[in-house]
Amino acid sequence: MGTGAFALVLVLIVCAIGFELTRQSMLSIEKFGFNFWRTQVWDPVAGQFGALPFIWGTLYSSVLALVIATPIALGIAVFISELCPAWLRQPLVFLTELLAAIPSIVYGLWGIFVLVPAVRAFELSVPAPLRELPLFSGPPLGVGMLAAGVILAIMVIPFTSSVAREVLKSVPPAQREGAYALGATRFEAIRAALFFARTGIVGAVMLGFGRALGETMAVTMVIGNNPKISASLFAPQYTMAAVLANEFTEADTNLYLNALVEIGLVLFVVTLIVNSLSRLLIWSMARPLRREAAAVVVPAAESAA
Amino acid sequence: MTRTTGRKLISSLFVGFCALSVLLALVPLAFVLFFVVREGIQALNFNFFTKMPAPVGEAGGGMANAIVGTFMVTGLGSMFAIPIGIVSGVYMSEYAGTRFAALARFAADTLNGVPSIVIGVFVYGIAVLPFKQFSALAGGLALGVMMIPIIARTTEELLLLVPGTMREGALALGATHARAVFSVVLPAALPGIVTGVVLALARIAGETAPLLFTSSGNRFFTTSLTQPIGTLTVMVYTYAISAYEDWHRQAWAGALVLVSIVLMCSLLARFATRKIEGLQSQ
Repeated sequence: MGTGAFALVLVLIVCAIGFELTRQSMLSIEKFGFNFWRTQVWDPVAGQFGALPFIWGTLYSSVLALVIATPIALGIAVFISELCPAWLRQPLVFLTELLAAIPSIVYGLWGIFVLVPAVRAFELSVPAPLRELPLFSGPPLGVGMLAAGVILAIMVIPFTSSVAREVLKSVPPAQREGAYALGATRFEAIRAALFFARTGIVGAVMLGFGRALGETMAVTMVIGNNPKISASLFAPQYTMAAVLANEFTEADTNLYLNALVEIGLVLFVVTLIVNSLSRLLIWSMARPLRREAAAVVVPAAESAA
Repeated sequence: MTRTTGRKLISSLFVGFCALSVLLALVPLAFVLFFVVREGIQALNFNFFTKMPAPVGEAGGGMANAIVGTFMVTGLGSMFAIPIGIVSGVYMSEYAGTRFAALARFAADTLNGVPSIVIGVFVYGIAVLPFKQFSALAGGLALGVMMIPIIARTTEELLLLVPGTMREGALALGATHARAVFSVVLPAALPGIVTGVVLALARIAGETAPLLFTSSGNRFFTTSLTQPIGTLTVMVYTYAISAYEDWHRQAWAGALVLVSIVLMCSLLARFATRKIEGLQSQ
């Protein structure tokens, strides 16, 4: 049937993205090679392009977001699928999905005018002895890594929790019943279910990670956009997506443009790997269960034949 | 005995933590909605929808051009994304077991996970750079590329829910495979697919990153396909990071309009799915 041609379009688009990004970044790839990813100087005027600060900022903000978001997202998934009364389930699912539906730009706007001042107030309240630590060093600007991590966490929570909920749903009820029959408390039974679903849960967390890596607008608006590597939560930093959003239209030389596209290319490849891996984990979790179900069906089909 | 008490205590603490995490997620949601409504309402008036942006430094004006722009770019995107998305979804469900369907599904999921800013860079390379011109068409192309996988996967999932007996019935009456799919199976799943399309539209209308360097921005009214065009999201972004108090107010108003669109679509979709579920259970 001709419908296959349309499905082919999907495959072609993905290939075209990879091809086009590589083609447009050849100048930078040839000129800098691997040094592009090892050096820290980003000076478009001097033609110096080192992307390490952006990688650092992207990883730092995404990991920070995961640290904040994962326990909360799993808590929500457990609460909705295991603990809450049935009448509350649909409204809660709707509200958490709404969290994912709010446009990134709206989070960014809210981030600039509400979250950043709040973060600054928090930073000012951190006692001086703690401010000596590298983690809290630097002036309390409000904009910076902490604000970016918080806003990313808010945006990632609905993704992780909805996949975790699906994964928990695929745990056979017999698991929990068995635990309860052995005298387990609620926590122990749920822990058993979570353990049973561990590959899928890891997949859910990774899916959130993939989202966080590529998130652009909200992060650009609160992270401070300063290409300087720092361990501090308070320091303004930069991410790969943010540098694309800010500098792409300003790139006045071919090399500059190629360097930016190369950042896009790496972002594409990394999110592709993270997402594929997470789907593989979620899928491998669901597959053995499907095989069990198939085992029940197959003999009936054979007898019919 | 104390051991049991300890275990029970841990269990209660765990339940408490789970309930708390729901609250922790709902607090930011409430805060975002609260501020968007409070700040947005103050700046939102009739002028916002009917007036052009005022010159820099002058108070007043609206975003009429950007509202039209958002509709245009979203419309352009859906014009090619909806057919491609639905038909490839049909392929993935009809040939569910085949290798190529699995490949297409993988491509759809991959495309779905590509950061929107990267889509922007890609479309810049194929639709802006060759013509040395930002354009509404390029913006539409970027949004369409983002829409295709969402629609394809929704269509696929919904088609798989249609009972096999319907397809078999059509085939038994002598319909060809294509006829059975397009005249019987697809219409049965149509309400759900429409819901999916509405949700995809809502999500796409709120995108900023893929538009920054495809349709770019424009403070003047245009409906030309080959000119840069202003959109609500890009306008909110420019206004939010500007230094003018009045622009900040208007950014909030723009955010309120965006959130209202998303909220209305979500509620509509939720209402529709409930209706469909009701029909299926009958």
